[in-house]
Amino acid sequence: MLGFLIRRIIQSIFVMLAVALIAFMMFRFMGDPVNSLVAENATVEERDAVRERLGLDQPLWVQYGRFVARAATGDFGLSWRNARPVSTLLAERFPATAELVLVAAGLSLLLGIPLGILTALRPHSFSTQTLQFFSLIGISLPTFVTGILLILVFSVWLGWLPSFGRGTVVDIGWWSTGFLTLSGLKALVLPSVMLCLFQLTLIMRLVRAEMMEVLRTDYIKFARARGLTNRSIHFRHALKNTLIPVITIFGLQLGGLIAFAIVTETVFQWPGMGALFIQAVSFGDVPVMAAYLVLVSLIFVVINTTVDLLYAVLDPRLRVDGARAAH
Amino acid sequence: MTILTVENLTVCFPGRRGTINAIEDVSLSVSAGEILGMVGESGAGKSMTGAAIIGLIEPPGRIAKGEIRLEGERIDNLRPEAMRRLRGRRIGAIFQDPLTSLNPVLTVGEQLIETIQTHLRLPRSQARERAIDWLRRVGIPAPEARIDTYPHQYSGGMRQRVVIALALCAEPQLVIADEPTTALDVSVQAQIIALLRKLARETGVAVILVTHDMGVIAETADRVAVMYAGRIVEIGEVADVLTAPKHPYTSGLMASIPRIGERPETLPQIEGAMPRPHARPEGCAFAPRCPHRMEICTRERPEPRGTLTRSVACHLTEEVPA
Amino acid sequence: MTTSSLSRAFNSDIAWSFRTSWSARISSLILVLLFAAALLAPVLATQNPYDISQLFLLDSELPPSWIDGGDPRYLLGTDQQARDVYSSILYGLRLSLIVGFASVALAAALGVSLGLLGGFVGGVVDGAIMRVADILLSFPAILVALLVNGIARGVLPPERHADAAIWVMILAIGLTNWVQYARTVRGSTMVERHKEYVQAARINGVSGAGIMIHHILPNVLGPVLVIATINLGMAVLTEATLSFLGVGMPATQPSLGTLIRIGNEYLFSGIWWVVIFPSVVLVVLVLAVNVLGDWLRDALNPKLR
Repeated sequence: MLGFLIRRIIQSIFVMLAVALIAFMMFRFMGDPVNSLVAENATVEERDAVRERLGLDQPLWVQYGRFVARAATGDFGLSWRNARPVSTLLAERFPATAELVLVAAGLSLLLGIPLGILTALRPHSFSTQTLQFFSLIGISLPTFVTGILLILVFSVWLGWLPSFGRGTVVDIGWWSTGFLTLSGLKALVLPSVMLCLFQLTLIMRLVRAEMMEVLRTDYIKFARARGLTNRSIHFRHALKNTLIPVITIFGLQLGGLIAFAIVTETVFQWPGMGALFIQAVSFGDVPVMAAYLVLVSLIFVVINTTVDLLYAVLDPRLRVDGARAAH
Repeated sequence: MTILTVENLTVCFPGRRGTINAIEDVSLSVSAGEILGMVGESGAGKSMTGAAIIGLIEPPGRIAKGEIRLEGERIDNLRPEAMRRLRGRRIGAIFQDPLTSLNPVLTVGEQLIETIQTHLRLPRSQARERAIDWLRRVGIPAPEARIDTYPHQYSGGMRQRVVIALALCAEPQLVIADEPTTALDVSVQAQIIALLRKLARETGVAVILVTHDMGVIAETADRVAVMYAGRIVEIGEVADVLTAPKHPYTSGLMASIPRIGERPETLPQIEGAMPRPHARPEGCAFAPRCPHRMEICTRERPEPRGTLTRSVACHLTEEVPA
Repeated sequence: MTTSSLSRAFNSDIAWSFRTSWSARISSLILVLLFAAALLAPVLATQNPYDISQLFLLDSELPPSWIDGGDPRYLLGTDQQARDVYSSILYGLRLSLIVGFASVALAAALGVSLGLLGGFVGGVVDGAIMRVADILLSFPAILVALLVNGIARGVLPPERHADAAIWVMILAIGLTNWVQYARTVRGSTMVERHKEYVQAARINGVSGAGIMIHHILPNVLGPVLVIATINLGMAVLTEATLSFLGVGMPATQPSLGTLIRIGNEYLFSGIWWVVIFPSVVLVVLVLAVNVLGDWLRDALNPKLR
């Protein structure tokens, strides 16, 4: 178990170093960093002075090492677009994205798992057929089209819910939350529904497939043959076996949620990191792009490692002895 | 004392190509402490008979005809909830593959205690005592420690012992053991067989032992029912059936067991294959493969002659065997 | 020999499966219609929406022709610049499909070459390719495409962004989607590499690679075709998403995604037709490609992971 943990952490560090390398190359080779720091009519001597001050005259691997060291402390320099520290920009935007993604992830689990169980236990009922049909649509619709439809129906035609922004937010330290005001909560509804819809259908289908698979196993038949109640068979014996693979996939999909938050934030003009990233992409603002890339990669890596560990904790076959875990 | 009687049991599966009878007119009985072997090729209907008795036929299959009585009381028409209470409490089941029969994410103790508490009103501490006691009875060493471990920490033979404990822990009167040794190593098979016999003697549980292995029957069972193409073709005391088989199919099965001492060049084999359920011939299902086939055999199906304890379904047997 | 076996497969099993599958027939009919519409856009369109001389500002924001206030000249209505929505969709569809096909071709070419290289050379090269593939796969495709896009924009001077947009899109989407091809081809190559004819060729001093490629390419054609079909749906969707986000095709050269983005800006004025019709075409296109891809996968039944 400890060996497994260490292996995973070393692997994660390598992934992060690779990502940092990409970010570093972006910095180093996209545009001349000196240009953004000196006056347009600067002399060659002035430019060389800046170059030296930035350490750009040193070997690449030294520069890379410095870059990693600075990135590790969260220092990505100034945004080329509005000359503010990138870390400040991201910190301002982070809570909005985090709340959106958390609500969407929670919704998709909270609805997806029960619906998956329901459709697995009653495969022929009308409600199952209906749900299956809608989940097919949910998987095929481009997310931004879903968002537009939601706005069209609930904001434009019905006028029930806001179509942009976060509503009123309350600052708690550096974190701004929309959870504490009615307008903040109302503003969350449509974006989180749009963001969770794809995940929701995915989880529902996954839980259904896994559950049906598990219900066909010998140990479930044997549990029936021992006269255990349906409740225990479905929710104790089957569900636990079903959820282990579901957790893994969910962890991987959480990364997808963060990526698709970019689209959601654009549709709903949500002031999150995704919207910031899109601006950076369209202006070629390297520091912001690089920092976003590193931050999101870090989140992915942490999630993936956590999921692997969780998997090991949940599945007794992996938990008991690390030596046999490889089997 | 007779625990279970089955009379003229027919299980059918409605399908696209019409309704198929998986088993037809199966009649048998089994008494307390007795081991009834059921033998036949795969697809003969042995396991289906067991599934029908325990009320776990997979839909759309259903009992089309016949009666199943447990201690004289009909159980084939019970409502699902009543049947569930009966399973495990009065009829236990042992499955073939111990590697897949146990839930991998629950400890052996959790599975035992849950089964005990489902059927017997016992506080958890007593249920646990009882679980440990059952692990001891099936021969698990150090049961107090092993009760809290997971199935994957047991060997195949040990897991089958756990399966047996699970089947018997609520003390049913009847247990259906479906190929309990098939998935095990030969050396372990004998131990499991011995354990089953010991438990049958000690607890008085009636056992229906489903197997395709005549050797297992010879070692374990008191009586044997031979199934072919969904029907019982011969039933009787093991000693009688093995030494003096009346049905040509039984004779063929007997001849295919290698005996220690004899070293035949090739094992005698019954020519041909058992007809599939939707392609059974009109008369005796065994007729196409039967070395003693007569004209009547392809025309008329032989009815079982004799008593519930010794009967044969063959035109060769004119009279009730002694 | 291989071509004949391939054509046999197409003539028998695939054809039979196609004749018996309603969904495959309907979706391919839809696709043929959409491809034809895209190809014939200049003929079918009632105006060239980018020729300003053809736009009459008086005709702006007209609803579809069957609604009160609609104009029979504008079947699906007009947008704020009086562009005919129907004609815009035809031209947009054309661009979406061009980017889709080109990026799939790029991804397939890249993936097949890297897969062959990794599978045949093995060792460090293979390890490096597969590590890159692993890392690429652990990030959502949209993010990778955005990143490539952003880098391209950073490298190109701003005044060239509009002209280069189509190439940037093809590059961004193509570079994102090669991994699956590479894995499939690499697997087949590794199996083939250890076969006797390759060993024999090596012993005889002949390069095994040439013969192998000859043997491998026909084998992987089926799986590559399936991946390409499924990828086409994804590529069209990614293109639409990027364009919707405003970092794809510019408004002067709109694809379906760009049209949806533009339409989205009018949504609050109640002008729903500018956004809904391109969306419907996009959804139908992607759905048809996906259904066809699913069918093809089942029909060819290659060992896809």
